[in-house]
Amino acid sequence: MYAISRSSLIVLILLGLGFGIYPLVGDSYYIRLLTKIMALGIFAMSLDLLIGFTGLISLGHAAFFGVSAYTVVWFVVKMEILNAFLIFPAALAVAGLCALVIGWLSIRTAGIYFIMITLAFAQMLHAFFKDQHYWGGTDGINFNDKPMLMVGDTVLFDLSNKINLYYLTFSLMVAAFIFLAVLLRSPFGRAIQGVKVNEGRMRAMGYNINHLKLMSFVIAGCLAGAAGFIEATRTSFVNPEYLSWHASGNVMVMVILGGMGSLYGSLLGALALTLLGDNISSLWDHWLLIMGGFVIAVVMFMPDGISGSIESLSRRFRKASPPREETGP
Amino acid sequence: MSEIILKTQNLSRHFGALMAVDDVTLSFERGLVHAVLGPNGAGKTTLINLLSGEIPPSSGSIHFKDQNITGLPANQISQLGIGRSFQKTNIFPIFTCFENCRLAAQSRMKGSFRFFRSARSYKQINALAEKGLEMCGLANRRDTIAQAMSYGEQRQLEIGMMLSTEPELLLLDEPLAGMGAEESLKVIELLKRLAKDHTLILIEHDMDAVFAVADRLAVMVNGRLLETGTVGEVRASKAVQEAYLGSDEEGH
Repeated sequence: MYAISRSSLIVLILLGLGFGIYPLVGDSYYIRLLTKIMALGIFAMSLDLLIGFTGLISLGHAAFFGVSAYTVVWFVVKMEILNAFLIFPAALAVAGLCALVIGWLSIRTAGIYFIMITLAFAQMLHAFFKDQHYWGGTDGINFNDKPMLMVGDTVLFDLSNKINLYYLTFSLMVAAFIFLAVLLRSPFGRAIQGVKVNEGRMRAMGYNINHLKLMSFVIAGCLAGAAGFIEATRTSFVNPEYLSWHASGNVMVMVILGGMGSLYGSLLGALALTLLGDNISSLWDHWLLIMGGFVIAVVMFMPDGISGSIESLSRRFRKASPPREETGP
Repeated sequence: MSEIILKTQNLSRHFGALMAVDDVTLSFERGLVHAVLGPNGAGKTTLINLLSGEIPPSSGSIHFKDQNITGLPANQISQLGIGRSFQKTNIFPIFTCFENCRLAAQSRMKGSFRFFRSARSYKQINALAEKGLEMCGLANRRDTIAQAMSYGEQRQLEIGMMLSTEPELLLLDEPLAGMGAEESLKVIELLKRLAKDHTLILIEHDMDAVFAVADRLAVMVNGRLLETGTVGEVRASKAVQEAYLGSDEEGH
């Protein structure tokens, strides 16, 4: 059952302060990188809703990230509409609709078959965008004008400004976290966590498991869409790699590395993996070897991920003073 | 007075060539305690699984009150007011006892998608969960994580979760399996109390318990129904004695 522990609260406050203050002191390269990290953090949290809380291991989650990014491009390049008040909800809706269709077909399967079918759907979409000249093919599409928040012709918030985009992303990340934390306390949130722990018993108690799974899948798809919107806006570029299985695998590694079923672990996973990749990629051509070694080490020595290690460490500290109480098996 | 609440008509279920349940026609009267007896492999659990919708029948039909429920999925059957407990403990081990029962009670909420209000703030649901805990005798274990309790207590929780959904008809698959003597007594008392305003269908190997609570018996052997009737009738039946209960010398 999800509950915000004291140690996770401390980590969250530190993360919030760090991300919140950084643009005031940091350089512009890292402002761009942190924007990416926060977008990936939203993306990873949305996958954590599936993997860590619903028990749905989706290996095609980048599909929703990608279709949202292509929706941004469609508005900006094809329709020449820049109003983010229009683009953002549309991108979320397209991602959510895709999740509804893919989810409806996928949740009938379980275990390894669910992994395979979500992967297959994402690869289908990947192939679609890759083959279509309209969508820029393998090269993707670049654009110059970024979406901006505007009412009528008055621009409230220009997202081509790095700091503006940074703080919009920051607000979305905080909002996504609060939304998920509230969701997981609600009857729906409790029910999906029940599905993860014991699906058969949930059914025997009268729950419609498919409805619960599908709803969770759609919510996760929409949130991935929010992340896709930011990433497309940040890079002013989209190509089929947005929906590739590398992208799906990458975000899954972030969730596992950070610690499944903790939400803030996904943020830490996105932070750790992206920062590490950014630092070592310039040092050595074969940096992915180091990356792989790092992931293997974390999985072996921190089986519950970074957040799991933080939790157990803080438990050990708290237990240091009062005598331990014996509990039966 | 004897209103039929549940009945099966020529109900069969086979797994490959094995006839687990073979042409069973049975009626269960409202308000009574029915026990299904039979040696291991007689098809008792399969029968319960058919009644609760866990598995669909190969042929035959099941009627609950006036409704044909043949082939309905388990969640819909549960919503009609048929609760079940499992032979193998089937709980949410990492949740507290209260949350186990609360989740069971929450299944009765109208509309399954409630996203914002805290799950703990629904008073009626909490009351149902507390009642379930109280009835199964685990009120003092309210905030204990289920997997930290003894096996017998987990069996009690199993029943408490079923009760939290407020079923009208209870399907109990060996409620006493693996319980100590003291826990068994508590559960037998609970079954007697439940019998006052529920219909019970139970599978049980503990003959003392069966004779203490059951009004009607049905004996199954090799998937077939061998005998039905009151406790006295079934005890007197020659066929049953030969097939299952054995002679007195064998100590049954």
